[in-house]
Amino acid sequence: MRKIEVLGPGCANCKRLEANAHEAVAMAGVEAEIVKVTDYREIAAHGILSTPGLIIDGVIRSYGRIPSAGDIALWLTEG
Amino acid sequence: MTTLALTRGRRPHLPLPLLLAVAVTAWLIGWLIEAPLAGWISFDLLRLEHGSQLGEAVAFFLLDVPKVLLLLLGIVTVVTLIRGFFSPERVRSALVGRGLLAGTVTAASFGVVTPFCSCSAVPLFIGFVEAGIPLGVTFAFLISSPMVNEVALVLLWGLFGPWIALLYMACGLVVAIVGGLIIGRLGLERYVEDYVWAMQGTVGPGIEIKLTPEQRLGDAWRYTKDLVRKITPYLLIGIGIGALIHGYAPTELVAAIGGRSNPLAVPLVVLIAIPLYSNAAGTIPIVQALLGKGLPLGTTLAFMMSITAISLPEFIILRRVIRWQLIAVFATVVTIGILIVGYMFNVLVS
Repeated sequence: MRKIEVLGPGCANCKRLEANAHEAVAMAGVEAEIVKVTDYREIAAHGILSTPGLIIDGVIRSYGRIPSAGDIALWLTEG
Repeated sequence: MTTLALTRGRRPHLPLPLLLAVAVTAWLIGWLIEAPLAGWISFDLLRLEHGSQLGEAVAFFLLDVPKVLLLLLGIVTVVTLIRGFFSPERVRSALVGRGLLAGTVTAASFGVVTPFCSCSAVPLFIGFVEAGIPLGVTFAFLISSPMVNEVALVLLWGLFGPWIALLYMACGLVVAIVGGLIIGRLGLERYVEDYVWAMQGTVGPGIEIKLTPEQRLGDAWRYTKDLVRKITPYLLIGIGIGALIHGYAPTELVAAIGGRSNPLAVPLVVLIAIPLYSNAAGTIPIVQALLGKGLPLGTTLAFMMSITAISLPEFIILRRVIRWQLIAVFATVVTIGILIVGYMFNVLVS
């Protein structure tokens, strides 16, 4: 089961990233849980300064921008 | 199955250079025809009189709306593209271990080119402090980043010319540097929440992620589209009010309230600017009209800077990491800096 973490305090950008993540999981056809990290301490603890951030299986894939569902799906399938 | 599904799910892309060429050409055409078009519609099609109040107001409106939209679409995209190369993560790496003065100047300068989102203010603050960057340096960044934003620069450049835009940027830099140095000197570290200090040295630098040109352009364009969509209502209202001022407001009234003869004009506009944060774009056409009616340059600059630098929503967000005493000092230092800039320019430009 893949783990996707969406890091951000919950502003519009974070919500859009979460929506893209859901779409990406459907596109890629993998099993994944999507977790929202909204606590500022935890976000900063990952080394991310600009939200929203995206972490897949513990690897930081994006920060400070909203990757498209296609981009996220690609990361999910390339492993 | 998955690879096939992914490629089928994507829209066919035009080659990037072709797309860019079409976009630039369309923009240039729009830019060249909109002024004569506005004039033709107001004075030939609608048969309004040159110099009449209604005629001037309508012409102002028809001229400004497409002009501002084109400016926003074109320049915000380019600026956002450039800014994409400067992330807060990179700035943090550049600031670690620098001397106090060099660090403050660097932070303020980077703040100008780094994109700023209020929701990122807290992780950014934590991240900077955690990396051992002095408090004053962090504040220099926090002052310049929101104040010198691409919407303000775009509109200032487009409506008042490059010199005013550069002046605004220079003033923002100075306020940020001096403000950062002063706050650093005051030794207010104890007003930062304890947990932030506890995190020092716990996190390594984040990883650097490379983006393709297509991703960068896509990001910049999506950001611009969102921005324009969000501010268009405020913009239309602002241009509407600006048009009314341009056509109908008597110059004497503007001079009496906002002019040099009123010493309270500068603090007054700073006060008015505080609740206007999200409406920065909408207020610029109003300022343009007022400037045309004789509002002094210093007062104008003070107003523009206050809109974004003194933001109540941002202060509330920052409460997560710093206590009210420090927020108050932050707000006061910035306000005084802006007031000084305002008065100084009113005196110099006379």
